[in-house]
Amino acid sequence: MPAERANADGLRRDALRERLALFGLGSPALLLVLVVMVLPVGWLFSLSFLSDEGALSLEHYRRMLEQPSYARIFVTTFQVSALTTGICIALGYPLAYVLSQLPRRAANLCMIGVLLPFWTSLLVRTYAWLVLLQRQGVINGWGIELGLWSEPLPLVHNLAGTLIGMVHIMLPFLILPLYGTMRAIDRDYVKAAANLGAGPVRAFWQVFFPLSLPGLFGGALIVFILCLGFYVTPAVLGGGRVIMVSNRIATDIELFFNWGAASALGVVLLVLTLGLLYAAARLVRLDGVLGGHGT
Amino acid sequence: MARGASLPITIRQVTKGYGKVLALDRVDLDVRSGEFLTLLGPSGSGKTTLLMVLAGFTRPDHGSLLFGEEEVIRRPPHKRDVGMVFQNYALFPHMDVAANIAFPLKLRGTPRADVARRVEQALELVQLGGYGARRVDQLSGGQRQRVALARAIVFEPRILLMDEPLSALDKQLREHMQIELRRLHDRLGMTTVYVTHDQREALTMSDRIAVINGGRIMQVDAPRPLYERPANRFVAEFIGESTFLPVAASAGGFAHAGRVLKVAAPPAATGRCLLMLRPERLRILAAPDDALNMLTARVEDVVYQGDSVLVQAVLPDGCRIGVRAVSTAAAMATVARPGDTVTLGLAPEDTVILGEG
Repeated sequence: MPAERANADGLRRDALRERLALFGLGSPALLLVLVVMVLPVGWLFSLSFLSDEGALSLEHYRRMLEQPSYARIFVTTFQVSALTTGICIALGYPLAYVLSQLPRRAANLCMIGVLLPFWTSLLVRTYAWLVLLQRQGVINGWGIELGLWSEPLPLVHNLAGTLIGMVHIMLPFLILPLYGTMRAIDRDYVKAAANLGAGPVRAFWQVFFPLSLPGLFGGALIVFILCLGFYVTPAVLGGGRVIMVSNRIATDIELFFNWGAASALGVVLLVLTLGLLYAAARLVRLDGVLGGHGT
Repeated sequence: MARGASLPITIRQVTKGYGKVLALDRVDLDVRSGEFLTLLGPSGSGKTTLLMVLAGFTRPDHGSLLFGEEEVIRRPPHKRDVGMVFQNYALFPHMDVAANIAFPLKLRGTPRADVARRVEQALELVQLGGYGARRVDQLSGGQRQRVALARAIVFEPRILLMDEPLSALDKQLREHMQIELRRLHDRLGMTTVYVTHDQREALTMSDRIAVINGGRIMQVDAPRPLYERPANRFVAEFIGESTFLPVAASAGGFAHAGRVLKVAAPPAATGRCLLMLRPERLRILAAPDDALNMLTARVEDVVYQGDSVLVQAVLPDGCRIGVRAVSTAAAMATVARPGDTVTLGLAPEDTVILGEG
C-alpha cells in the first residue's frame, strides 16, 4: 500500500462503524414510532376507504361532503381551537413577558406555578372545572352571595365552559416556548432602542415584540394543533353543545361501531393539520428570508 | 457629517451600591467638551456602572450629573440624546443595516428623504457604503462594530458612549479600529466616554484616562503623565509592567540599598516609599555610569519575545525585576546569559518614587 494512502481503509471502516452505532441508538425509538404510529394510522387510513360491506369505496368521504353536520363539526373544531389560542395569547403573552423580566430565580419559582397543572391529570382538572363552574358551583355561589349577579351564570355545558377548560389546560404550552424565546432576547436590544430615543412603549413594539414572535408563533401553533384533537374537555364541559371532531369520532365508534366513518374523520383532520403545519413552516421561512430572526 | 457640537459632562458625588458593595463611591469627574476620555479599570471596578449611569440605564443612589448646564441624573435613557456603542453591538437582528441606522432618525421624525441620505452618509463614514440592504447576521464582527458606530452617531448626539466596543475583535482588527475610532472622533468632535480594561487601548486612543478601582477614581490624566508619573501603586501596576523596591527617606532624599537615588523631580511622597521600575526603562550597562542610578542583579532567564527580549534578573535582596530591550541583531548578540551578574542603569528622569499603598 502506498504511504500516502496509509490507513485509508481502516479509517473509513471506523467512520462507518460510528455511524452504525448512532443509528443503533435511535432504532428503538424508530421501531416504537413504526409500531404505535405508522401502522395504526395506516390501518385507519385504509379502513376509511372501505364500505361497511368491506368493498373499496369513497362513501365515508362522500357522506362527509353531503351532510352539513360534518362541515359544522369542522367549523366548530377550528373555531374553538382558534378562540382558545387567541385567549391563550392574550393571557399568556403578558405573563411570559413578566416572567422573562424577573430575576432567574424568581422566574423559576413562578414557572412552577405555571407548570403545576401539568402534573395533574387532565381528566381531574376538567371535572374540577365542572365543580367550579356549574349552576350551584363555587363561582356562581360566591357571585350571587356577593351580589355580583343574581341569576346563576351559564358557565358550563356550553362554549364558554369549554373555552375556560381548554385555555387552562393549554396555557403552559404557549407560555413555555414563549418564555424561552423572551429569555433569550438580549436585554441590550431594548436598552439600545431606549438609548436611540425609543420610549418604553415604542421599544417594546418595535424591538421586543418582533423578536419574541418566533416563540409566540411556535407556542400558538402547538396550542392550536393540540386543540384540534381535544376530546375530554369539550365532552365534559361542552355538555353536548360543543361537538369537535374527536367527539364525533368517539360517537361514531362507541354508538354506531362505524370504524370507516370515524377513520375518515381522523384522516381529514390529520390532512388539515399537516396542511396547517406546512403553511406555518412556509410562513416562518418566509419571515426568515425577509430579514427576520428565523427559528 | 460635519464636525458637530459637543457638551461637557460633570459628574459629582455619584454613588451606587449593590447590597453592601459600592460599585461607585462618590465619583467626581469632569469630561471636557469634545474630549476623548477613557474609563480604565479591571473588571468589577465600576467603570461600566459609571457608563451606564451616563446612559441612564443604572439609577445611582445619589449624586449629580450634568450634560452641559443641564441636570440629567433623573432623565430616562430615551430622553438623554447620547449615542452609545454596546459591547455586543446590540444591532437589531430583525432589521437590515439601513433600518438599524435609520431607527434613531425615524424616532426623531426625520423626513423620509433625509433618512435615506443620512443613513448612507453614516455608512460611508464608517467605510461601509452600499451595505444598507445587508442583514445583520451577514456581517463580520468588524462590520457589525462599524454599523453599531454608524447607528450611534447618525443622529449627531453631542455625547458618545462606548462600552468596550472592540473587545470582541481579534488583535489586528482591534488595533486598526483603535486608530480609526480616534480619527472619527477627531473629525466629528463629540464628547466621547470610552470604557475599556485594555491599558494599551486606553493609551492609544485617549486624550485623558480615568483609572477606576473599587468604585473610586484613582487618577485622571493624559496617557503620558499617567504612565510616567502614576499617582499610586495601583495605577502603576495596572498600566504597564512594573516592580517596586522599598526605599527609605534619608538626608539627601530617598535611598535604596544604601545608595541615594538621583531623581529629576523631587517626589511628592514622604515616609515609606516605593521605587517604581519599568522593564523598558532599565538598561543593562556595559560599564558603570555615574549619571544613572545603578543596581546590581544576577540574570535568571532570558526570554525572546519577538519585538523585544526580556531579561529576568534577581536583585541581592531577592527581588525579581525584568529588563526589556529591543531585539535588534546587535542587542541579541551581546545579550546577557543566565547566571551573569549585570549592572542595571536607570536614568534620573525615569526614576519614579511613589507613596506606599
